[in-house]
Amino acid sequence: MKMNGARMVCEALIAEGVKTVFGYPGGAIMNVYDEIYKQDGFEHILNRHEQASVHAADGYARATGEVGVAMVTSGPGFTNAVTGLATAYMDSIPMVVVSGQVPLSLIGTDGFQEIDAIGISRPCTKHNFLIRKLSDVPRVMKEAFHIARTGRPGPVLVDIPKDITAEIGDFEYPTEVNIPSYKPTVKGNKRQIEKAVDAILKSKKPLLYIGGGVVLSNASDLVRKLADMGGIPAVETLMARGVMGAKNPLLQGMLGMHGNYSSNMAMSETDLVISLGARFDDRVTGKLSEFAKYADVIHIDIDAANIGKLVDVDYPIVGDVSTVLEKMIDGLEGKINPEKYTNWREVLVRYDNLHPQSFTDSDSVIKPQWAIERIGELLGEEAIITSDVGQHQMWAAQHYPFDRPRQWINSGGLGTMGFGFPAALGAKRGCPEKTVINITGDGSILMNVQELVTASEYKIPVINVILNNNFLGMVRQWQTFFYEARYAETDLSYQPNFKALAEACGGIGYDVTTKEEFDSALKDAIEKNRVAFINVAVNRFENVLPMVPAGGALYNMMLDDQPKEK
Amino acid sequence: MTDKTRRVVSVLVENESSVLSRVSGLFAGRGYNIETLTVAPLPNSNRSRITIVTKGSERILEQITKQLHKLIPVYKVVEHEEMVEKEMVLVKFPIEESLSDIEAICGAYNGGIVNVGVSMLIGMVADEPYRVKHFIEAVQRYNPIEIVRGGVVAIER
Repeated sequence: MKMNGARMVCEALIAEGVKTVFGYPGGAIMNVYDEIYKQDGFEHILNRHEQASVHAADGYARATGEVGVAMVTSGPGFTNAVTGLATAYMDSIPMVVVSGQVPLSLIGTDGFQEIDAIGISRPCTKHNFLIRKLSDVPRVMKEAFHIARTGRPGPVLVDIPKDITAEIGDFEYPTEVNIPSYKPTVKGNKRQIEKAVDAILKSKKPLLYIGGGVVLSNASDLVRKLADMGGIPAVETLMARGVMGAKNPLLQGMLGMHGNYSSNMAMSETDLVISLGARFDDRVTGKLSEFAKYADVIHIDIDAANIGKLVDVDYPIVGDVSTVLEKMIDGLEGKINPEKYTNWREVLVRYDNLHPQSFTDSDSVIKPQWAIERIGELLGEEAIITSDVGQHQMWAAQHYPFDRPRQWINSGGLGTMGFGFPAALGAKRGCPEKTVINITGDGSILMNVQELVTASEYKIPVINVILNNNFLGMVRQWQTFFYEARYAETDLSYQPNFKALAEACGGIGYDVTTKEEFDSALKDAIEKNRVAFINVAVNRFENVLPMVPAGGALYNMMLDDQPKEK
Repeated sequence: MTDKTRRVVSVLVENESSVLSRVSGLFAGRGYNIETLTVAPLPNSNRSRITIVTKGSERILEQITKQLHKLIPVYKVVEHEEMVEKEMVLVKFPIEESLSDIEAICGAYNGGIVNVGVSMLIGMVADEPYRVKHFIEAVQRYNPIEIVRGGVVAIER
């Protein structure tokens, strides 16, 4: 079939089963938008900033497990998308971003809205393509989706010059991908798996260390099965919240800088770390030489480069977590005895009783932790929770009762403020039957606040709960602890009227200062089914605890403190 | 662990326009060291071979191999102890220097005089990298005007 390059891009998206594209038009991508206008195979959501388009595609991907798709123009359109690409790259999110480029003949001439998108995006994409001839369009689109979703997933950029989108040629979408230099290892070495099984059977204090790879690999059921059949305690990283389910007694909680006491102590005392799709991030390990000091390490990861990168590994297994776990569970079936670890579990229960994840509630002011637990009580498993970055993010990870994977969506690796709201839009579009709540702060929400307009136009009713402490809270917390309370540029007392701001953009706003008001605002926002800002005045100097100071050993936690008010 | 080992890494890549920047960018972005880098297409194929001499701890060298493997256009990363290595170097001397001395020295290092002009002469050698270093030291007394090293190429034994 003959068509122009722009139409080929659209046909490829349709062939890949794309239902929603988030984007923003501009000069170099106009040909593609012209074809988007003419087709009805997918919907297009017009965000009000390219960064938001990419975060929305990312949120869509995280909520659904499908490849998210965003489209931007050349130059500033593309550079605005970079933060979104980097966010997705750090968290291994499958995504395809199509960017316009100046015509081939203008490349390298500093043309209007020309920028080297391939050069800029190289370190923050899994792969990128500059299409140089029309006949490459179908193959490149096919490969882009294949690369994005296979192996360790990640964002792929397709940069397409304007003259190619105008040129007419034959289109046939390939049914198969053939990239001889790209063959991800999925299966895992049989012998290594057997050794790992033996190590588990020999261990006295094993610990499942669950990372975001389990979510990406849809391996949660297998992880729960392994934990339950062996009675093996588990800890989750920030990216893995929801894998075990909050009610599972084997789950100690989240580990790391803001991990709870029993999780961090479990990691400090275990004799066998079973790492599942986790990458020993510095926010997890603290001081490396003290991390899991008494343990052998089984490391299952689809990315060989993650294995042995930071921690010496005794049983390396390169492969997909699901595939490897199936074999591992087969190997353990009938041999593993949960009673063997009774003592170990009891030790951890004692640790948890000693310092449970808790906070001191107040009658005079809303505590941010209370607000999060309250959302959990009211919505529980039903909601998808997105977040921005900062104190609210950590409190949400600590206090929300996540019960399933893909329920918790946040920027873990890159730590991108402004991620939560557009990601919530994407999540809601992907899972319209769920209530989507963005737990955010008064700093983060302003970084993509223009999405109020997008949400109103497309009637995407996400609820933003702004835990407002008039501070850039996490930085303020570090200033309190480590900079003798010199609050350099973190006081955000000068604020917009959030309620009026939401309403000015077609949403609905609430100012909340009491628990009763919080409940009624949340219920009302859900009922009204419109994009909402719930501006919650919370305790100004609340700190996220426990805390392991950066570079400290996990067992040296600051457990509670009296906030030092200036 | 902090001891730095020298290593020759050969990378077999798809011969496409951005592949060198992917490889060199990886080294720059992750703070890996590049001592020399050479690249040329392989005959009768659309592949190229990039030869990199690098230095690092064992952990870093392992990461270099693994990270290179992750690049989509990379077919193969050869990081072998038993490599035959050669490096070429061109040296320009003033014409006043002793032609026969220079010819003899170049000869001792697998080379010779490759060009003589009105005011200068050019010597060339191709030898093991450490011998090339010795050669450069040896010709210092002949007042070299310019020295151009070619970078290491290597092949597995």
